[in-house]
Amino acid sequence: MLEIKHLKLTLNGKPLINELNLEVKEGKIHGLLGVNGAGKTSLANLIMGTSYPDEGSIILEGRDITRFTISQRAKMGITLAWQEPARFEGLSIREYLGLNRNLSLSEAEKYLWTVGLPPGEYLNRAVDGSLSGGERKRVELASVLAMKPKVAILDEPDSGIDVVSLPHIMNGIVEMGKRGSAVLLITHNEGAVSVSEEVSIICAGKIINSGPPQEMCHWFKNNCQTCPHIGEPDYKGV
Amino acid sequence: MLAVKEYEAMLEAYGKAGGNLDALKSKEVGNLVIHKNKVLSVKEADGIKVETEETESGVNIYFLVKEGAKIKYPVHLCFGVLPEEGLQEIILRVEAQDNSEVNVIAHCIFPNAVDVIHKMDAAIKIGDNAKFSYHETHYHGEFGGVKVIPKARIEVGRKGVWESTFSLIQGCVGMLDYDFEIFGDEKSINELMVKVFGKKEDDINIVEKIHLNGQGARGLAKSRLVLNDNARAMVRGETYGNAPFARGHVDCIEIVNGDGVAARAIPLVYVNDKQAKVTHEAAIGSIDKKQMQTLMARGLNEEEAVDVIVKGILR
Ligand SMILES: Nc1ncnc2c1ncn2[C@@H]1O[C@H](COP(=O)(O)OP(=O)(O)O)[C@@H](O)[C@H]1O
Ligand SMILES: [Mg+2]
Repeated sequence: MLEIKHLKLTLNGKPLINELNLEVKEGKIHGLLGVNGAGKTSLANLIMGTSYPDEGSIILEGRDITRFTISQRAKMGITLAWQEPARFEGLSIREYLGLNRNLSLSEAEKYLWTVGLPPGEYLNRAVDGSLSGGERKRVELASVLAMKPKVAILDEPDSGIDVVSLPHIMNGIVEMGKRGSAVLLITHNEGAVSVSEEVSIICAGKIINSGPPQEMCHWFKNNCQTCPHIGEPDYKGV
Repeated sequence: MLAVKEYEAMLEAYGKAGGNLDALKSKEVGNLVIHKNKVLSVKEADGIKVETEETESGVNIYFLVKEGAKIKYPVHLCFGVLPEEGLQEIILRVEAQDNSEVNVIAHCIFPNAVDVIHKMDAAIKIGDNAKFSYHETHYHGEFGGVKVIPKARIEVGRKGVWESTFSLIQGCVGMLDYDFEIFGDEKSINELMVKVFGKKEDDINIVEKIHLNGQGARGLAKSRLVLNDNARAMVRGETYGNAPFARGHVDCIEIVNGDGVAARAIPLVYVNDKQAKVTHEAAIGSIDKKQMQTLMARGLNEEEAVDVIVKGILR
């Protein structure tokens, strides 16, 4: 579904994304695990098109979309749940969920239930500063669900979420995979990738290991969480 | 124009401007319709008294909400000038007696204005524990030939509530010189809100002043402006915390979205009691990039995204 080939992004001489290769398959959840500053959000931005790479390509269903605009990509079925989603004055949650199409009330309600937000309480609230950080992130995930995307990039959907809501979030992510979306589940928390079929570990803008979730969790704990090289410009990966 | 024809023309314009025609025709709903200096309709709802006096250039109005009266339906006011030219000076005296409660919805319509002046001078007194909501919506044509000069001085009694919105979003503003000043007594609530969509050569001046004079009085001076083309705007939001536990906030957002726009905001917060607190936030700038990217990531194009953001801000 989505292929990323030899992607490179350098900022002020520092490589943020460095020769990165990755494939996310239809109906599969692909975990991307990395510590703070590993380049996860930079990669999410490149896939969504909020920034462009210096080298390499992004391929969606065989089509090179590397130079496409955000809107073009979204219309082709890519969307992003932002790590820190923007706030909108005067825009209701109902409207936010239905931005790209006519969303029926029952559908909107369904997606809110999926992320654990009672529709009666939330549908008509604004997506503004009155929502807590966790609420806003759950709304973000619901809006990605509502878009029925081909490719969903989820940038740390689990961070800032309380323990009661976390199962709802994870449930929503699993749901997306079941419906056939290719999901890139970005996180720094190795517990969260257990719902994925495959996990890649990112470090200094490079994929340094890939494999099944359990194995990768283990490897991540042993190698990355104490890694002294992270973020250093001359770090070339393992 | 014949009075009947004039009334029909006003009704039609009122309907087009989004006014509620059923409410205007209802027997139970209070209304007041004025074209230039002609009073075309007055209906007093239960608990309300309205006196009018036509002058050469407009109408003098006395509007009374009787003590303890809770007015069931919103009272509808409709002021306008339909021809291309004309002057309308409204002198308004409002008295909302103690424990009364009313919601007033006003439409001001100038659909064909090329050279129209609309002035309002209001002296408003809200009694103890009374609640007054006032929502004024303007409908202007596309020519920008309107000068709108609304001025109000509002006194709010103990535990009284004043909340008003002034909204000028449809059509070109022309020139706006809005000046509302409010004085809040003990535990009163004093909220002023202005929403303006400036276009072309619009010239917008807004002054919102809130004096929190009584202990525990609360105030909010809020403004939301979007400026396209060559529109210019100046917003002064001032709040004075003059009593213990007075709490005020000035909140101004101006979005500049045209190549020739000029936007200024001067928030002033003043406190002369050590237990009062007044805060302010003002943001002037182009549309937030992240908001744009977020909406585009849901499949909107650039223009649609701007539209969603602007509509939200002015809602
Ligand atoms: N706009 C930017 N300017 C400079 N450095 C940046 C910018 N964005 C990200 N970085 C740097 O790039 C690295 C990767 O950041 P990011 O992609 O946000 O990591 P992650 O999402 O994995 O925490 C970090 O060292 C960060 O400081
Ligand atoms: Mg990040």
